[in-house]
Amino acid sequence: MTNVPIEGILLPNEKPNHESPGNWKEYFSFSTDHKVIGIQYLVTSFFFFLVGGIFAMVMRGELMTPESDLVDRTVYNGMFTMHGTVMLFLWTFPSLVGFANYLVPLMIGARDMAFPRLNAVAFWMVPVVGIIMMGSFFIPGGPAQAGWWAYPPVSLQNPTGNLINGQVLWLLAVAISGVSSIMGAVNFVTTIVKMRAPGMGFFRMPLFVWAVFSAQIIQLFGLPALTAGAVMLLLDLTAGTAFFDPARGGNPVMFQHYFWFYSHPAVYVIILPIFGIFSEIFPVYSRKPLFGYKVVAVSSILIAVVSGIVWVHHMYVSGTPGWLRLIFMLTTMFVSVPTGIKVFAWVATIWGGKLRLNTAMLFALGGLIMFVFAGITGIMLSSVPVDVHVNNTYFVVGHFHYVLYGTVTMGLFAAIYHWFPKMTGRMYSESWGKIHFWLAFIGTNLNFLPMHPLGLQGMLRRVASYAPEYQFWNVIASLGGFLLGMSTLPFIFNMVISWMQGEKAPNNPWRAIGLEWMVSSPPPVENFEEIPIIISEPYGYGKSEPLTANLSE
Amino acid sequence: MKIQKILNILTLLTGAIAVTVTSLWIGKQAYSWLPPQAAAESLLIDDLISFLVTLGAFIFLGVTSTLMYSVIFHRAVKDDFTDGPPIEGNIALEVVWTAIPILLVLWIAGYSYQVYEQMGIQGPSELVHLHNPLGMESAYAEAKDTPALAEPVEKIDVLAKQWVWVFHYPERDITSTELHLPSDRRIRLALKSQDVLHGFYIPAFRLKQDIIPNHAIDFEFTPIRPGKYSLTDSQYSGTYFATMQANVIVESPEDYQQWLAQTATQKPSLATNQAASEYAQTSNQSVQTGWVTVPPAAPPLVNSPG
Repeated sequence: MTNVPIEGILLPNEKPNHESPGNWKEYFSFSTDHKVIGIQYLVTSFFFFLVGGIFAMVMRGELMTPESDLVDRTVYNGMFTMHGTVMLFLWTFPSLVGFANYLVPLMIGARDMAFPRLNAVAFWMVPVVGIIMMGSFFIPGGPAQAGWWAYPPVSLQNPTGNLINGQVLWLLAVAISGVSSIMGAVNFVTTIVKMRAPGMGFFRMPLFVWAVFSAQIIQLFGLPALTAGAVMLLLDLTAGTAFFDPARGGNPVMFQHYFWFYSHPAVYVIILPIFGIFSEIFPVYSRKPLFGYKVVAVSSILIAVVSGIVWVHHMYVSGTPGWLRLIFMLTTMFVSVPTGIKVFAWVATIWGGKLRLNTAMLFALGGLIMFVFAGITGIMLSSVPVDVHVNNTYFVVGHFHYVLYGTVTMGLFAAIYHWFPKMTGRMYSESWGKIHFWLAFIGTNLNFLPMHPLGLQGMLRRVASYAPEYQFWNVIASLGGFLLGMSTLPFIFNMVISWMQGEKAPNNPWRAIGLEWMVSSPPPVENFEEIPIIISEPYGYGKSEPLTANLSE
Repeated sequence: MKIQKILNILTLLTGAIAVTVTSLWIGKQAYSWLPPQAAAESLLIDDLISFLVTLGAFIFLGVTSTLMYSVIFHRAVKDDFTDGPPIEGNIALEVVWTAIPILLVLWIAGYSYQVYEQMGIQGPSELVHLHNPLGMESAYAEAKDTPALAEPVEKIDVLAKQWVWVFHYPERDITSTELHLPSDRRIRLALKSQDVLHGFYIPAFRLKQDIIPNHAIDFEFTPIRPGKYSLTDSQYSGTYFATMQANVIVESPEDYQQWLAQTATQKPSLATNQAASEYAQTSNQSVQTGWVTVPPAAPPLVNSPG
C-alpha cells in the first residue's frame, strides 16, 4: 500500500476561493468572504439611512406649520411611505445582517458562512431593491403613497392607470427583499447549528450569536407570510385577482393579517441583534461577566416564540372581535417578561463594575435607557382600551421611533464604534465619537419625546396638515429632527478620516474576551489559521481562564 | 462594617421612596396630557392611562437611577486595568425579577380587561357572540351610577368616503356633515365606508374604530359633556387623508331634538369640502408640483352642511 499525502489533494469545493483582502475594489465586486459582505451590507445600508433621513427631514419641514404648505400632499404621502420602507428594508434589516455576517463566523470560530455564494447573492439583491425603490420616484405618478403597510384598498387605487406604477415597483422590491432575507436566514441558521468550533456548545455561544439565531428563526417562519401577501397584492394590482379588493369580493383585512404576521415579529428580528450587541458591549466596558448568561440566552428564544402570537395588537380597531383583542393583549404583554429579564441582567452587569465610558459604551447606555422608555409605552399600547385611543396617533410613532432610533440605531452605532478597529484595523477618534453621541442622544429625545403628548392629544400619524393647537410640540420635534440629521456629520467625518489615516489598531484594543479579538485587525482571509478549541464560557471577565485551548492572544 | 450596611439600606430606602413619590406625582399629571373628557368611556380610559403612567414611571425611574448610580460611582480609576467582581448571576434575584413582571402583566391585563368590558363599545351584534362572564355594567352606569339613563339608544348612520363624512339620522331621515349628539344618551353608530378603509376617531371621546368597505360596523358610546369636538379619519385613506375632519356637537337632549326638527325643514344643499376645493385648486395650477391623485368624491347634498 502506498500512503497518499492528504495535504496535497484539494477537492474542488475546498479550494480557497477568496481573494486577498485590503484591496478596495473587492468591496465593489462579487466577493464571497463573509467579512467583505458584512461591510458591503453596512456601507450600502448606511447610504440608504441617509436617504431615509432626508425624507424624514422633508416631513419634519412640512410639519413645522399646521397647513400643508411645503410640499404637495401626494409628495408628503410618498415621503412617509418611502421613509418607512427605506429605513426598515434598506437600513435596519441589512445593517444588522451586515453585522451578523461579519461577526457570527468569527464568534463561533468558523472560516466563513455555510453557503458563501448564497450569501453574496442575498447581499446583491439589496442594491437591486434600492434601485427599484429609488427608480419609482422617476416614473409617472411617483412612488408608492399608501404607507409602508400598503393597506388595500388604498394601495389598490391606481390613479395613473399604468401597469408600471409606484405601488407595483414597491411590491416587487419588497418581495425581492423578502427572498433575499429568507436566503440569509437559511444561511445563518445553518452556520450557527453546523459550524461552531469544537467545544462551543450552545451555552458557550456569545449572546450576539444567540440573538442572531433567534432573529433568523423568526425570518424563516414569518417572512413567507409577508412575501406571499405582497405577491397576492401585486396580483390584485396587475393581474385582476381579488384577494383583498372589497369592490370585487376580496377581504382587505386579510392583508393586514399577512402583513402583521411577519411585520410585528420583524420588530424582534431587528431588536434581538441589538440586544445581542448590548450583551456583548456591557461586559467589556464594565469588566464583569454578563449577569445570568443562560437566562438571557434562553430569553432570546422565548421572545422569538412569543413574537409569533402577538400580531393582532396592530389590528385592535380593524374590526377585530372583542375576545381576539383581549387574547392578543395578554400575549403582547407577556413579551415584556423575557425582555425585562434582559434589561435587569444588563443593569446587574453594569452594577459594581469598573466602567469605562468609551463612545461604544455611551451609545449602548443611551440606547438602553431609551429602550426602557419604549418598552413602557409599548406596554401601554398593548392595553386594548389605551390603544383604542392612541392607535394610529403620534403616540405610536413616538413609541416605535424610541425602539427604532432610540434603541436600534443607537445600538448599531455602538456596534460600529466597538468593532470599527476590528473591521478596519484603525482606531476611531473618541472625542468626535462623543460629540456624535451627545448630538444623537439629545436629537433623538427632542425629536421623538414630543410625539407622545401629541398622540395623547389625538394627533394622527400620516397627516400633512393638522390642527393649530398641535404646533408647539411639532416645532420642537422638527428641530430635534434637524439636529438628528446634523448628528450624522461628525460620525461620517470620524469614520472616513479614521479609516484612511487613523492610528493602527491592535488585535484587542478593548481587552475584550471573544474569538474575534484573538485574530488580527482586520482578520485574515478565512479568519483562523487553526480552528479554535473552546474550553470555557464567554464573558469570563475577572476569572482569568483561557477561552481556547490552542489560540494565544 | 455594620454601619456601612445600615447606611446602604437607608440610601436604598430613600431612593425607593423618592422614586415612588415622583411616579405617583407623574401619574396624576397624566390627566392633563389628555383632551377633555367628553364621553363616559374617556373617564375609564384616563384612569387606566394614569395607572399605567404611574407604574411605568416607577419602572423607568427605578432602572435609570440604578444605571446612573453605577455610571457615577462605579467608574474605573484612570490606570486601573483590573476586572470587576466575577459575579455571574444570582438565582434568587433572577426568580424575583421574573415573577414580579409576570404578576404585573396579569394585573395590567386584568384591569385593562375590566375597563374594556365596561366600555362595551362594539355594539349589540358583538355582544351576541361574546359571553360576558363578569357581568359588568355599561361604562355609563359606572360613571354616573344611573343605569336607567343608558337607554334609550340613539341610532345614527355614518358614511365615510374619500374624503368626507356624511351622517344620516334615520329617525327623521335627514343628513348632515356635522355630527350632532345628545349628551347622556347611549349612541349607536352604524359605520360604513364607500371606498377604502377609514377610521372613526374622536379624541375627546378616546374612541376609535376602523370602517371597512362592505361591512356595517356597530359602535357604541355615551357622550356626557356638551361642547364642540372634532372627528377625524384615523386610518390612512389616501391623498387628502388629513382633511377628512368633521365637527362633533354634543348638546342637551332638548337642544338635540330641536336641531333635528329644525334641520328636517331645510332643503338639501351642497356641503363645503376641503378635499374637493384643494383638488380643484391644484388641478388649475399651471405647474404641477405633485403626482396624480384619486379625485375626491363630489361634495354631498345634505340638510345641514354644518
